[in-house]
Amino acid sequence: MALLNKVLQGDVQATAKLIRGLEDDLPEAVAELRDLYLHTGKAHIVGVSGAPGAGKSTLLGNLIGTFRKKGMTIGVVAVDPTSPLSGGAILGDRLRMQKHGEDKDVFIRSLASRGWKGGLSRATVNTVHVLDAMGKDVIFVEAVGSGQGETDFARLADTSVVVTVPGMGDDIQTIKAGIMEVADIFVINKADREGAESLKLSLEAMLEMSPGGREEWKPEILLTTASKDKGTDELTEVILRHQAFLAHSGEIEKRRRRRAELELTMAVEDALRRHLAAVDGCYLEKLVDELAARKTDPYTAAQRVIKPAKS
Amino acid sequence: MPERKIRVLIAKPGLDGHDRGVKIVARAYRDAGYEVIYTGVHQTPEQIVNAAIQEDVDLVGLSCLSGAHLYLFSEVAKQLQEKGAANVIVVGGGIIPKEDVPKLKKAGIKEVFLPGTPLAKIIGWTKENIKLK
Repeated sequence: MALLNKVLQGDVQATAKLIRGLEDDLPEAVAELRDLYLHTGKAHIVGVSGAPGAGKSTLLGNLIGTFRKKGMTIGVVAVDPTSPLSGGAILGDRLRMQKHGEDKDVFIRSLASRGWKGGLSRATVNTVHVLDAMGKDVIFVEAVGSGQGETDFARLADTSVVVTVPGMGDDIQTIKAGIMEVADIFVINKADREGAESLKLSLEAMLEMSPGGREEWKPEILLTTASKDKGTDELTEVILRHQAFLAHSGEIEKRRRRRAELELTMAVEDALRRHLAAVDGCYLEKLVDELAARKTDPYTAAQRVIKPAKS
Repeated sequence: MPERKIRVLIAKPGLDGHDRGVKIVARAYRDAGYEVIYTGVHQTPEQIVNAAIQEDVDLVGLSCLSGAHLYLFSEVAKQLQEKGAANVIVVGGGIIPKEDVPKLKKAGIKEVFLPGTPLAKIIGWTKENIKLK
């Protein structure tokens, strides 16, 4: 457990190497994850999602500043899409946070989505775990919201912040299932633009209409202009207030339990995927032949693939 | 199992704010299948080195058009050494006189791409010389 011990002591290089190993699914890194997981669960995780161009990175750059002033150590996981054509990616979120580039207590890691659709990949979750074990007080996870994946993404976070901007037809976006129910904080960025106030009114109206289910926390709507660092202090206060609410109400345990459930599902799916990849090719071909010839059905065939997994 | 990717950090140290060329290089790397972290302009060597370590990159590409390359590039290479990241390879490009190339190489810059170098040459060099360990 060479890397793990160093990570627990806050070693930056060991942390970076373990994150990379997990991202690339190296067996030695996965082995360390088993022990590493037992050291996680301390950090407050803030998910920041929203359409590309909404200003998430700039906003985060500002938030890191205010949280640092309060003496908290920060981890950031910034996810950008991989090009489906080339398999490469430009990870440009860090650019807007580089003013913190010399702060020893800020660790920023850019991740390419590598084909994962939706908000949450194994690599994202694992990177959060490593930064948690490293001892970061707050971990911000930034990713593009895409509706479907947003609910998973929000389940990863303790506090879920959704960023929108005026004039993008977002009245309709926000009605889409999932977003209204999972966001704890709505941020209307670029609030100096026309339409900010009316978007706020629309959001408020929609929040009134959507069912409760979030106990005593009423989602808040904030206006910011990240490019001018306006609204950052207020947003910081709301995030901290939400953190306090989670602790006092016992809601934090419920959320962590939901996260654990999500992780279990992901790990099982992962294990099945690996198993499938390892199944003897000839055996699979025979099954496919039987299916094509209507000698068996997909569900029975699936059992014949999975059953060996249990042994 | 997922395919491994090579990670490249592209940065502009110092006061030079002309980023059009470096963005083209970044895109070329992306189109060649690399994961590129672009840190932007006006970076100090320390910001660049910290980013390189946090992001566990395999290659750092520095761009400088202002003439301060001798100091800035060698400072990045030096700090990478000092912080235990000597395995990270550093290359540079920009407005660099041919006469400075030997000095840069002596300071730890593995290759220098002079003005007019075709993108294909930069990518080709990278494919040849930067491998995953």
